[in-house]
Amino acid sequence: MKQKIGLVAGVTLILAWCLLPVVWIVSLSMKDAAAVTNGSPGFWPGDAFAGFDNYVTVLTEDSYSQFRRAIVNSIGISLIATTLSVILATLAAYAIARLEFKGKKLVLTTALAIAMFPVVSLVSPLFDMWRAIGLYDTWAGLIIPYMSFTLPLAIWTLSAFFREIPWEMEQAAQVDGATSWQAFRRVIVPLAAPGVFTAAILTFFFAWNDFVFGITLTSTETARPIPASLSFFVGADPFNRPASLLSAAAVIATIPIVLIVLLFQRKIVSGLTSGAVKG
Amino acid sequence: MSAITMKNIVKKYGDGFPAVNDVSIDVEDGEFMILVGPSGCGKSTLLRMVVGLEDITSGDMLIGEKRVNDLAPKDRNLAMVFQNYALYPHLTVYENIAFPLRLAKVDDKTVDEKVREASRTLELDEHLERKPGNLSGGQRQRVAMGRAIVRDADAFLFDEPLSNLDAKLRGQMRTEISRLQKRLGITTLYVTHDQTEAMTLGDRVAVLKRGELQQLATPRELYENPGNLFVAGFIGSPPMNFLPCTVEGTKAELPFGTVEIPEDKAEKARGKGLLIAGLRPEHFEDASVVEDTGSSTFTATAEVVEWLGNETYAYLPFEAPDEMRGKLEELERDLDGEGLRTQLVVSLDGASTIKEGDEATIYVDTSKMHLFDPATGENLTVDTAKAGRIPGMEQHA
Repeated sequence: MKQKIGLVAGVTLILAWCLLPVVWIVSLSMKDAAAVTNGSPGFWPGDAFAGFDNYVTVLTEDSYSQFRRAIVNSIGISLIATTLSVILATLAAYAIARLEFKGKKLVLTTALAIAMFPVVSLVSPLFDMWRAIGLYDTWAGLIIPYMSFTLPLAIWTLSAFFREIPWEMEQAAQVDGATSWQAFRRVIVPLAAPGVFTAAILTFFFAWNDFVFGITLTSTETARPIPASLSFFVGADPFNRPASLLSAAAVIATIPIVLIVLLFQRKIVSGLTSGAVKG
Repeated sequence: MSAITMKNIVKKYGDGFPAVNDVSIDVEDGEFMILVGPSGCGKSTLLRMVVGLEDITSGDMLIGEKRVNDLAPKDRNLAMVFQNYALYPHLTVYENIAFPLRLAKVDDKTVDEKVREASRTLELDEHLERKPGNLSGGQRQRVAMGRAIVRDADAFLFDEPLSNLDAKLRGQMRTEISRLQKRLGITTLYVTHDQTEAMTLGDRVAVLKRGELQQLATPRELYENPGNLFVAGFIGSPPMNFLPCTVEGTKAELPFGTVEIPEDKAEKARGKGLLIAGLRPEHFEDASVVEDTGSSTFTATAEVVEWLGNETYAYLPFEAPDEMRGKLEELERDLDGEGLRTQLVVSLDGASTIKEGDEATIYVDTSKMHLFDPATGENLTVDTAKAGRIPGMEQHA
């Protein structure tokens, strides 16, 4: 009984800690813009309650068309980066887990080394390079760095998953008449699905939340993603950021993430390989 | 359906160690062939070379008339049941069985017919929509077999298919496999380390030790005419007794006394000094329940007696001379056993009333005794006409 009370108290504490900022942003997004500018109206909207006005403004008014364009950019760039990254990582991880080749260790450590570089240190050289070869301010210009930064993690996650799958699965498939590719696609990939989706979620998060690349490697709304676009929000007064509109935009930007997690979470079923082999 | 011929197959790994060394086995069309031996004898490697999961270092592998050394597993048209079943956990039982057919792009109607037929044969009808994870060990085993029989494969390969089942189920599945093989009449190659499975299932049995073929014969031939000490010790349970023995005339001197042996056996052993005599437990009997004992009796103290109802096992300890002890310990290691004390295990009639600690008079049937050369392990008294094929002894035959 005592333990249960402790558990409930602990869970409540952690939930409050994690959700407080979220609640604050949602609350802020429901407040009247003028009320926020005039001074703190308190935690809850109260008198300054503006309903969904801010959302409507952000999504419909002409001055915020760059934000709507940014949503399209973000979704497109993140999805393409995720798809390509996961496909490449799956193939690479399979090779690393199953094949013996020279330089296997090198591939793994190099992959990790890439992930260790601070993003900021690479942004300036990339800026120069992208401008020189014409990738500056394009979707591809963002997709490429997103992929290179998420591939290492995806490869490590997936090769761990592949190593868990017994060798016999492929061998059985091959004896049953499958080519190596068929064995991979029809037996190994379905079994590694939880790993593939884990890698996909992580990659998507990285691409969706990135600000540094987004702000540095774009200059117009042709490729600018949501986080960067938020920094271009200006209200009537240039010295006062429209906090409530920003909050509304931030909440909108969070919705796809929540949807994707809910969607993929069901695919991440642990113990999918149970029953494949005995013992 | 096809014969499988292995000619001088060698498998060497990177370090040059031959896991399989110069093995030649011919499996006839429709035959049930067993590969048996202790762990590490290369039997599984050999099977995997047949199916194509291991490269062949040298030698020829023929299925039917075709050399398959360089063919991928999928082109060899063999069906294999793995030790751990290797079922596809994301597919239902139905799709697991249908998998080879789907790969072969068979139309749905034929797939359905064949899967239903296989599931009827293996009594899997009520499990077809379940996933392998929810099945018991025996059911998974049957699904693995279903996946094998659904195709028109040239041969079945089994890699220790029963070793994950409990004892009772193992017995049932053994009969099941035997019945299935007889009915389908398909060439079968079956790997096991269990000599009971080898004896009961096989038309012929190939005994392997450290990558080398020891003897290839029917179970009866192996039991009655083992080619060497290893085969003699491996086949049979409880195992054959090995006793130090010297032959003078037609008398053999054993640790418990001297017994008369037949002239033809004595002749082959005369003048060879210390030999190892091999006697199976059932070649002994309590002298009091035998009518005509002749002069082949000795007395010894029964240290332990196990009465099983229909028969009695008595354990009679003896001292082995040092030069033989080394050989016996080496043999034990080869057989995956422990270097136990040297003792004679005798199987007596259930009516025998010998008790622990008793001085027992034991009769021994020496006509079935084998004499082994302690240096080479070779059986000096083997009847080569009834011993199948023993590599290295063919020139004598």
